[in-house]
Amino acid sequence: MSRTPLLFAAMAAVLLAVGLLQSWQLALTILNLCLISAVMALGVNVQWGVAGMFNVGTMGSAAVGGLAVVLVSTPPVRAAWAAGGGGLLATGAVLLATAGLAALLWRRMGDRSLLRGPAVGAIVLLGLAVSQRWFLPATAAIESVDAASTGYLGGLGLPVALSWIIGGLLAAAVAWPIGRLTAGLRSDYLAVATFGISEIILAVLRNEEWLARGVKNVTGLPRPVPFEADLQAAPWAQHLAAWLGWSGRDTASVLVKLFYAAWFLAVLLVIWWALERLARAPWGRMMRAVRDNEEAARAMGKDVARRHLQAFVLGSAIVGIGGAMLVTLDGQFTAGSYQPLRFTFLIWVMVIIGGSGNHKGAILGAFLIWFVWVQAETAGLWLAATAAAALSPENPVRLALEEGPAQLRYVVMGLILVLVMRFAPRGLIPETTPETPR
Amino acid sequence: MTDLLNALVHLTSMLIIPGLAYGSQLALGALGVTLIFGVLRFSSFAHAEGLSMATAITILFTIWLQGMGLSAGVLPTALLGMVLAMPVMALVFIGTDRALYRHFRRINARPEVFMIVSAGVMLMMNGVIRLVIGADGRDFEDGERFIVTARGFRDWSGLAEPLVLKTSQVLTIGIAALATVALFWFLNRTQAGRSMRAYADNRNLALLSGVDPDRIVRLTWIIAAVLSVLAGVLFGLDKGYRPFVYQQLLLPMFAAAVVGGLGSPVGAIVGSMIVAFSELALTFAWKKALAYVLPAAWAPQGMVQALSTEYKFAVSFLILVIVLLVRPAGLFGKVAR
Repeated sequence: MSRTPLLFAAMAAVLLAVGLLQSWQLALTILNLCLISAVMALGVNVQWGVAGMFNVGTMGSAAVGGLAVVLVSTPPVRAAWAAGGGGLLATGAVLLATAGLAALLWRRMGDRSLLRGPAVGAIVLLGLAVSQRWFLPATAAIESVDAASTGYLGGLGLPVALSWIIGGLLAAAVAWPIGRLTAGLRSDYLAVATFGISEIILAVLRNEEWLARGVKNVTGLPRPVPFEADLQAAPWAQHLAAWLGWSGRDTASVLVKLFYAAWFLAVLLVIWWALERLARAPWGRMMRAVRDNEEAARAMGKDVARRHLQAFVLGSAIVGIGGAMLVTLDGQFTAGSYQPLRFTFLIWVMVIIGGSGNHKGAILGAFLIWFVWVQAETAGLWLAATAAAALSPENPVRLALEEGPAQLRYVVMGLILVLVMRFAPRGLIPETTPETPR
Repeated sequence: MTDLLNALVHLTSMLIIPGLAYGSQLALGALGVTLIFGVLRFSSFAHAEGLSMATAITILFTIWLQGMGLSAGVLPTALLGMVLAMPVMALVFIGTDRALYRHFRRINARPEVFMIVSAGVMLMMNGVIRLVIGADGRDFEDGERFIVTARGFRDWSGLAEPLVLKTSQVLTIGIAALATVALFWFLNRTQAGRSMRAYADNRNLALLSGVDPDRIVRLTWIIAAVLSVLAGVLFGLDKGYRPFVYQQLLLPMFAAAVVGGLGSPVGAIVGSMIVAFSELALTFAWKKALAYVLPAAWAPQGMVQALSTEYKFAVSFLILVIVLLVRPAGLFGKVAR
């Protein structure tokens, strides 16, 4: 398999070329997002490539990971806690009691299955109605605390890098009940269900302003790297700038991006290493057995639903880590920016292109697809400018051409996806089964 | 008595008619989903974009017709544009099938593979739509907008509550009913429809009986195209054309089809109505209606709204989950395979 290093070298060469021909800042911006996408792609690869689960709720996990950044790293808003904290706790208590009661009723009424559904439904509805009594005033109070800049509970004020781990854990915690509900479903139903759940998660994040300001966005999140302005003032950075012959601003911006890249690369390598170990461990062999022949695996005594649940939670956690890193890189949490095309289907394209089941493939696919995603616009703009140059400025065809390139990348992505599925369904780096240890 | 009438008029105008219209639009979409599932055995992620593309093509034809000075009088010109868009959409669907899905049928690919390919088709359609018509939508309804206006009804009845009846709502309900009747007639009474059902039911048996699979697949896509054009255009006439909103129709359509039982046309219609009315009823502010019916002392303080309208999609999904947990095959479905 000399193909793998060759493909990675080609990818590196392309990124270097961007640095030399366009700018180093662009190259590093692309690299950082490639690294984050690679983490997300690894998460999807655990679910699809390793376990064969068709989860199209990636967007939800990524958004939950992003939420963790807000909840962990922003300073707490004490006035908001004072205004509505008690009410929220009361709501939580009521909901917890409702859930407990519903679960108890569900167990106890096992023999009266006709009554069971309506009874549990009634309890849940009643609990929701009662909880509103505390929930509505509490959230209204929280959202009115300095609404222009806070109006939410804030976070814990902890270091932002910690939020990546918490992001993974939170995504896993959200994924677990979802997995319990859906892991036994047929692939179509699993797809529809996870797709729906991710939309709901986003609906909650967009509308519950007390949690993370909804569509009003949380900006100015803490970062794990120094600010450009501080770097520009630092003597060693100034020396470096003088030695490179760049302006202080460019140097600082490149350095910051490099620091980010180092963080992300470290996370990616750790996750990749762990997944490679897992793939060679008995767990990995068992997962492949479950994926390739569910019936046979079940006959051999493997608990298929449990294995699926594990892969689902693990994959979601990894996607959550990626989502948290993305929000950290952006420095803001924008609930309105999550779209299934970008956060679910694009990641899927990465995994499929790279070679599902192969973690190296998923990483390569992420790099390649993110690169194409960014550069398709540049290429499209150039093509459009060339084609439009011959037309008069008011020509409607020209106007359409100039607006087009941004949309063109969806077509390109779809085309790449179907072409790979059609002509190279195993991807660029097909899965190789590791040898069993002797 | 007047109070009761007022409450009834209010509910009819704000809940029942919009619910029927939305349910009919969903039903036309969900019928497409369920037919594709029944015959081709996969859930098409591209279906919502199909509706969107059908509407975009109709809008282009409508603009062209309007430019030629043609119109449908009091009715929207889009009704004429729709007829022209149907064959185009059928060609798009059949072309996609020829280029992509047919190959995977031949190699007997897993349903997941079909779904991934349909996601690719979705991405491509999405891009093409944005290229052709731009990312912001447009309203394309012309002709007489209202059959019964708020003021007209109030003056006629003397009631406090207005009854509003939009042309698009009446058209939606009427056309959806006609299309459904035609579809069931086709499926149950014609040779082609019967072969289609046979093929959906048991592929091998149908093949042995001499059913031509290519013809069945072609027919399915043609019907799906007609349904997509109807669903998309009627939805667009009612609520305006926004590509982004059309993407969000995927979930309610899937929910409706699953609730009814994937592959069952009757189920798709019943499921659509369940989804549409639950969505509206749970996000509806019942305050006004209750104030009319209840004695003054009991009149509600709040909006009496179970969920804020932003959570519309949560409703279709909740229904979906409950059905998947309690009766995975759906209301009218056979045992899930």
